[in-house]
Amino acid sequence: MKVVLENLTKRYQSGNKKNGGEVLAVRDFNYEIPDGKLVGLLGPSGCGKSTTLNLICGLENPTEGKIYFGEDDVTDLPPENRGVGMVFQNYALYPHLTVKQNILFPLQNLKGKDRPTKEEMNEKALEAARLVQLEELMDRKPKELSGGQQQRVAIARALVKRPRVLLLDEPLSNLDARLRLQTREEIRRIQRETGITTVFVTHDQEEAMSISDEIVVMQAGVVQQIGKPQTVYDDPKNLFVAKFLGTPSINLFDGKIQGGKLWIGEETVMDVVLSDRPVTVGIRPEGFVLSAQGAMTCKLIRVEVMGRDVSIVSSHSACQAAQLRSIILSENKVDEDAETVRFDLKPGKVFLFDTETGDRIEVEAHA
Amino acid sequence: MGKQNQYTQIEKRAVRQEIIRKSFTYLLLGFWMLLVLFPFYWMLLTSVKGYGAYNSEYIPAFFTLAPTLENYVQVFENASLGTYFINTTIFTLATTAIMLVVIIPAAFAFARIDFKGKNLVFALLLSLMMIPNELVVITNYVTITDLDLRNTFTGLILPSVTSVFYIYLLKENFEQIPLELYKAAKVDGTSDWKYLWKVMIPISMPTIVTITILKVIECWNSYVWPRLVTDEESMYLVSNGIQAIRENGFGRENIPAMMAAVVVVSVPLIVIFLIFRKKIMEGVSRGGTKG
Amino acid sequence: MRKKNLHGWLYLLPAILFLGCFMVYPLVDVLIYSLEEGYNFASQEMFGVGFYNYSYVLHDPYFLQAVKNTFILVMITVPLSTGIALLISVALSSIKRLRHWFQTVYFLPYVTNTLAVGLVFMILFKKTAYTDGLVNLMINWFGGPSVDFIDGPYWAKMFVLCFYTIWVVMPFKILILTSALASVNPDYYKAARIDGTSKWRTFTRITLPMISPMLFYLIITGFIGAFKAYSDAVALFGTNLNAAGMNTIVGYVYDMLYGDSGGYPSYASAAALILFAIVFTITCINLLISKKSVHH
Repeated sequence: MKVVLENLTKRYQSGNKKNGGEVLAVRDFNYEIPDGKLVGLLGPSGCGKSTTLNLICGLENPTEGKIYFGEDDVTDLPPENRGVGMVFQNYALYPHLTVKQNILFPLQNLKGKDRPTKEEMNEKALEAARLVQLEELMDRKPKELSGGQQQRVAIARALVKRPRVLLLDEPLSNLDARLRLQTREEIRRIQRETGITTVFVTHDQEEAMSISDEIVVMQAGVVQQIGKPQTVYDDPKNLFVAKFLGTPSINLFDGKIQGGKLWIGEETVMDVVLSDRPVTVGIRPEGFVLSAQGAMTCKLIRVEVMGRDVSIVSSHSACQAAQLRSIILSENKVDEDAETVRFDLKPGKVFLFDTETGDRIEVEAHA
Repeated sequence: MGKQNQYTQIEKRAVRQEIIRKSFTYLLLGFWMLLVLFPFYWMLLTSVKGYGAYNSEYIPAFFTLAPTLENYVQVFENASLGTYFINTTIFTLATTAIMLVVIIPAAFAFARIDFKGKNLVFALLLSLMMIPNELVVITNYVTITDLDLRNTFTGLILPSVTSVFYIYLLKENFEQIPLELYKAAKVDGTSDWKYLWKVMIPISMPTIVTITILKVIECWNSYVWPRLVTDEESMYLVSNGIQAIRENGFGRENIPAMMAAVVVVSVPLIVIFLIFRKKIMEGVSRGGTKG
Repeated sequence: MRKKNLHGWLYLLPAILFLGCFMVYPLVDVLIYSLEEGYNFASQEMFGVGFYNYSYVLHDPYFLQAVKNTFILVMITVPLSTGIALLISVALSSIKRLRHWFQTVYFLPYVTNTLAVGLVFMILFKKTAYTDGLVNLMINWFGGPSVDFIDGPYWAKMFVLCFYTIWVVMPFKILILTSALASVNPDYYKAARIDGTSKWRTFTRITLPMISPMLFYLIITGFIGAFKAYSDAVALFGTNLNAAGMNTIVGYVYDMLYGDSGGYPSYASAAALILFAIVFTITCINLLISKKSVHH
C-alpha cells in the first residue's frame, strides 16, 4: 500500500498574536511513500515529524492537503477506519492487561462480520507474538517485561489487525544503547517479513540512516530533503541537512571563491568553476587526507586513536567551530608532537553552500 | 468509486456522532453548573428582596426590580453578626497560627533529626490518623467544661489545633528536600533551628500555604465543637450564629434577612477561594477531605 | 547522642502535648466512659462497670432511628454521588472550552459553610403559610402536588437530606476524579482510537481500570464521611433532630452529650464506639473488595 501525501499542511491556533495567532507545524508536504518500504521521518524536536505521523494515522486532521492510502482518499477518515497500526514512544501498553490481552485488544474491538471467532483471535494473536518472538511471555503483565520486550508487545499489538500502514513514533528512544541496536534490527526484520509500508519518526539520524529505505529530513515544518539515506548523506541539498546527518558532524568553514579557486583562510584548497563570491564550506570528517604538502594547514590539538580509525582534532582560523575533527585510517602515522597538520581534501566530501540561504551550490570541484 | 462513497459516509457519520456527543456533554455540564450555582443565586436574590415584597410573593419571583440593602443593615444591627465575624476571625487566625507553630517543628523532627523512639512515635502518630473526631470530642468536651473554659477562646482553640494529617503531609514535603542540603548546613555549623527557618520553611512554603488555607477553611466552617463549648451568644462563631438566626432570629420568618446573613458568612471564603483557586484545588486533591 | 535525643523530643514536645491531651487521653477515656454505668456528669458518680450503656443505646428508639437514617443516607448518597461525579468528571475531561470555568464553579460548594447554604436549601424546599417554595412550584409545573420537604413525610425529608449531602460532597469527588482522569496518559486513548475501540469499551476497559485506585479511595472515604453525617441534617432540619425524626448517629452522640437531652457522656461514648465499630467494619470490607478488584 503506497501512501501519498499531497500538499499536506497543518496549522495550529496559538495564543501568540505575533505570528498571526497561528503556528505552522507542517507546510506543503508532498511525498509518495513507496509500497512496502520503511521510511524514516527525521528532524530535531518540533520540526513537524510527529504531527505528520498523527496526520497519517488520523489522530489529527490536516488544515490543507490530501492523504491517500493507495487510491483511497483517507484525509478526513477517523483513525479506526484507516487500517493503521501505531506504536507509541512509551508503548502505551495497558498496564492492567497481560501481553496476550494487550495483543487481543484491537481484535476484540471489531464488530459484526469483521469480528473473528475466539479461536481465530487466539490464532492471530499467537501469530503476531511469534513474529516478534514473544510467545513465551503471553501471560505476563507489561511491568514484568524489559523495555525491549514491551516494545515488541507494542509492535505485535499494532500488527495483529494486519494494518495497511504501520507507524512508529520514536520507537527506540526509550531503550538503552545496546537494546537500541538489537531492536532496530528487529524492526527491520519484522518490516521485511510483513512487507507492510512503515513510517517511523526519530530525531536520531544514525537510527534513521541505518534501517530506512528512504529518509525525509524535516526542519521547522518544511521538508528539507527526501531520498535514500546514503544519497542524502552524500548529496545534501542544504546546510541544514549536511549538518544534521553524520557523526561526527560536518566541519564548516568561512570560505570564498576567487579566481576559480576555493579559499579557506589564506590557502587555496581546490579549483572550482564558479564566479567570485563568499561561500560556506562543509567538509565531512572523512573528507580529509593526511599529506605533508597538503593544501590546508591546521593547528594540531590532539590525536584520538579509536581502533580502526584515527581522529585528529585541530583548529583553523576560518573554521566556524573552535575545533575541527578529521577521521583517517589508522595506518596513517600522525606526529602527535607536531604544531600543525596538513590535509588534502576529497572533492566528493566537500560541499559549498550559499552564505545567505544555506542552499547547496552545485559545482565541479578539483583538488 | 464505491469505496470512496463508503468513506464519505463514514466521515459524515463520525462528524454527526461527534456533534451529538459534544452537545450532550455540554448539556450535562451546564445542568450541573445550574444546580451548583442556583442556590447561590437564590440566596443573593432573596437577600436583596424587601421583607414585604418577599412575603407577598406566593409564587417566588426569579428576579427583583427593587433591590434593597435593608436586610444587610438589619443583620448587622439586630443580630450580632459582627460579633460572630470577629469571633470567627480570631478563632481561625489563632488556631491556624498555633497549629503551624506546633506542626512545623514536629514535622522537622520526624523528617531530619535522628533520635531514640522516633519510629515508634511516628507509627503511633499514623495510627492516630484513623481515629474519628467523634470519639475524642466527648472527653474534650468534659475536659474543657471541667477546666471552666466554656465560652472562652482558649476552650474553642486548644482542641482544634491538633492535625495529625498536616504533620504527615509536611513531613513528607520536608523529606523531599535533599538531605545533602542538611548535611552541608551541618558542615557549615548551622544550627537545626536556623536551618529550619532559613532553608526548610522557605523551600516548603507552597505546602505550608496550602495547609494554612485548608485549615482556615476548616476553622471558618467548623460547627460541632463551637456548638458544644459555647452557649453565650457573644462567643458564637458564624456557623452557630447562622444556626441561632435560623432557630429564633428575626421573628423566625424574615427569610430575606436570614439570606443576607448567609451571604455575609459565605463571601469571605468565596473570595479566598477565587484568589487562591489553584492552590486550594491542588491542596485538596493532595489529601483534603471535607473538614 | 543524648543531646541529640533531647533535641528531637524538644521539637516534638508541643505536638505531643496537644495530641496527648486532646487525642490520646480522650481515646482511652471514651472507652472508660462507655463502661461506667449510671455515670452522672453533674455529681460525677457512678454505680458500676459493665456493658449497660451499650445495651441502653442499642435499645433506645432514637438511636435506632438514627442508625436507620444514617444507613439509608449512606446507601443512597455514596453510590449516587460517586456515579454522578464520575459522569461529570468524564464529561469535563472530554472538553477543552469552558473547562476551567466549569471546574471552578463545581468546586464552590466545598468552600461554603454547610450550615449557611443548608439554609438556602431549606427555603428552596420548605412549604410555609405564604408560599409552597420554589421546588414545589416546579413540581406543580409538571402537574405534581406540593410536598413539605422540611416538615412533611419521611421520604421527602430523606430526599432533601440526600440531595443536599450529594450537593455538598460532589466538589471533592469531581476534583479527585478529574485529576485521576487527567493523569491517565493520553497515548492510551490514542492507541485505543487507532484500534477502533468504541467509546464505551475505552471507558470500561481502559479508563475505569486505570482510575480504579482513586475510585476506591473515594468510595472508602465517601462511606466514612457519610456515616459521620450531621451538620447537613442540622442545617436543614434544625438542632432538634430527634423531634424531626431525622437524627444521625453522630447527631445522637452530640445530643447525648449536650443540649436539651444531654448530660450523658457514657451513653454518648457507647454510641460513638458503636459508630466507630460500624465504620471500621465497612472500611475493612471495602478494603478487601478493593484489593481484589483494583489494578496495580
